[in-house]
Amino acid sequence: MRALGDAALARLRAGVDEPDLSGTRYRLVRPIGRGGMGAVYLVEDLELQREVALKVLAQAGDEALAERLRREARVLAKLEHPSIVPVHDVGSLPDGRAYYAMKYVRGERLDEWLAAGRPRAEALRLFQRIAEAVAFAHAAGVVHRDLKPQNVMVGPFGEALVLDWGLAKEVGPALSNAPASPLETGAGVVLGTPAFMAPEQARGEPTDERTDVYALGAMLYFLLSGRAPHQGATPAEALRSALRADPPEPGPAPRPLSSILRKAMSREQADRYQRVGDMAADIAAFLDGLRVSAHRETLVERAARWFSRYQALAVLLLAYLAMRALIALAVRK
Amino acid sequence: MALHDDTGIGGPGGGQFPTTHASAILAARSEDRAVAARSFGALVQAYWKPIYKYVRIRWRKGNEEAKDLTQAFFTGAMERGLFQRFDPAKARFRTYLRTCLDGFLGHEAEAASRQKRGGGVELVPLDFEAAEAELAGEGSAAEALSPDRYFEQEWARALFQLAVEALRARLEADGKAVHYALFEAYDLCEGERPPTYGVLAERHGLPVTTVTNHLALARRELRALVLEKLRELTASEEEYQGEARLLLGAR
Repeated sequence: MRALGDAALARLRAGVDEPDLSGTRYRLVRPIGRGGMGAVYLVEDLELQREVALKVLAQAGDEALAERLRREARVLAKLEHPSIVPVHDVGSLPDGRAYYAMKYVRGERLDEWLAAGRPRAEALRLFQRIAEAVAFAHAAGVVHRDLKPQNVMVGPFGEALVLDWGLAKEVGPALSNAPASPLETGAGVVLGTPAFMAPEQARGEPTDERTDVYALGAMLYFLLSGRAPHQGATPAEALRSALRADPPEPGPAPRPLSSILRKAMSREQADRYQRVGDMAADIAAFLDGLRVSAHRETLVERAARWFSRYQALAVLLLAYLAMRALIALAVRK
Repeated sequence: MALHDDTGIGGPGGGQFPTTHASAILAARSEDRAVAARSFGALVQAYWKPIYKYVRIRWRKGNEEAKDLTQAFFTGAMERGLFQRFDPAKARFRTYLRTCLDGFLGHEAEAASRQKRGGGVELVPLDFEAAEAELAGEGSAAEALSPDRYFEQEWARALFQLAVEALRARLEADGKAVHYALFEAYDLCEGERPPTYGVLAERHGLPVTTVTNHLALARRELRALVLEKLRELTASEEEYQGEARLLLGAR
């Protein structure tokens, strides 16, 4: 046999990694992402004549990993929400690799979307939709555990879609009778992204909804500062930062917003918002000029907020008072 | 010293996989001399060509000297238990091997070479002519790569070469010579643009869908063979996963 040249070697290396779609309803278009478990490909669904995304394991034969992927697909199937990517199909390819098909999300990753320089109010409204999606998942008994800007897509109509539920954990009374979830990890096992990770997750301790609250706080931090709260030259350094220190101040921000951030990113779970919905409500209150529950405002702040919220009314009131004063002066003369 | 008969390396007929898919690195530590020798042979089979080319290109040795050094390196590795001393917790085997090779070439090559000439150590013949022909085809691009990158590229080339040879043997044994012929014409094409599936279908008198399915089967088999070989050439699950990611289009 003749030797393998560079062109053939490159073709083999790329080709051998491609999912074997022979005999399936899918046709490969191109790879679109790669993670720890496998890769995501853009494929054409030949039956429905539409593009979908196919998440495929890197290899066949690892039944634990295959079950984890199938479990992820089932979790997604359960979470029917406009901001959670819907799953269409699950199975095994002819090469034995497990896969699931999901909606192909066009748009930008949240970090890329923010890099374009968005007005704060627009970014906060998007953040609110992300928080609402996470709150919905919590209500269904699912904790994401890997929330970060890279796992959120912003669609062409400004819609937010939370992706990558590969580390999700099933919790809560809704599933208390369910068998032990393979998505759960044992004590002492650290999974996730250190830059956005809650201290308890970094320590490998039990996680719950409040772990997602912390990660949402870390995303809010990113939104305000353009950088992750826990940084390091390596993931291990970022993990040490998540374990040891509070992040530096994110920069100038309205005090109510800083209070929301501090509460969400409290090191102790008990000091955080106990539910994501409460955090989303505070963000909504801030956007609407209402009182934020996490912030103890001064009298001046309250007056400023009142004037800001009711500007027209305040102008009318001042005009009315001025007119009354002028009339009173005229009568006295 | 002569290696066990089962350690055929290089040359025609040298592309068979050992029947086991366990780690040859771990098996090379076996008390059973036959098992250890067979595993050592499997490692030599996968690594001799990257090592020879590395000596030629990165150390700028002539082909005769590079042949002697390659054989002396493996002889010394076996005598001094080099593979047995590998600790998978510290590095990838590929990196460990290249570091050992650099040390050998830097400090011990001359002595080992003298010893080889004087001692008449005989290894199973390696197909150095084929390696030289490959080097001639690589041109100057190889010299632009870092030593690490070059060694990794040649390691990947050797591993895929072995897998392709095993694929040919397997498909022909299964009466699927047409599958291999299609795979060779398309996947092993050295040009930028391989023939289209339509052209291949016409050439072999087959429907295009059959060409698609035959190629899919060949690639599926090749993937399995590459991973089997990789399993054999790594010492831990972590190393295996890392090398698989690197090897299978993860760049």
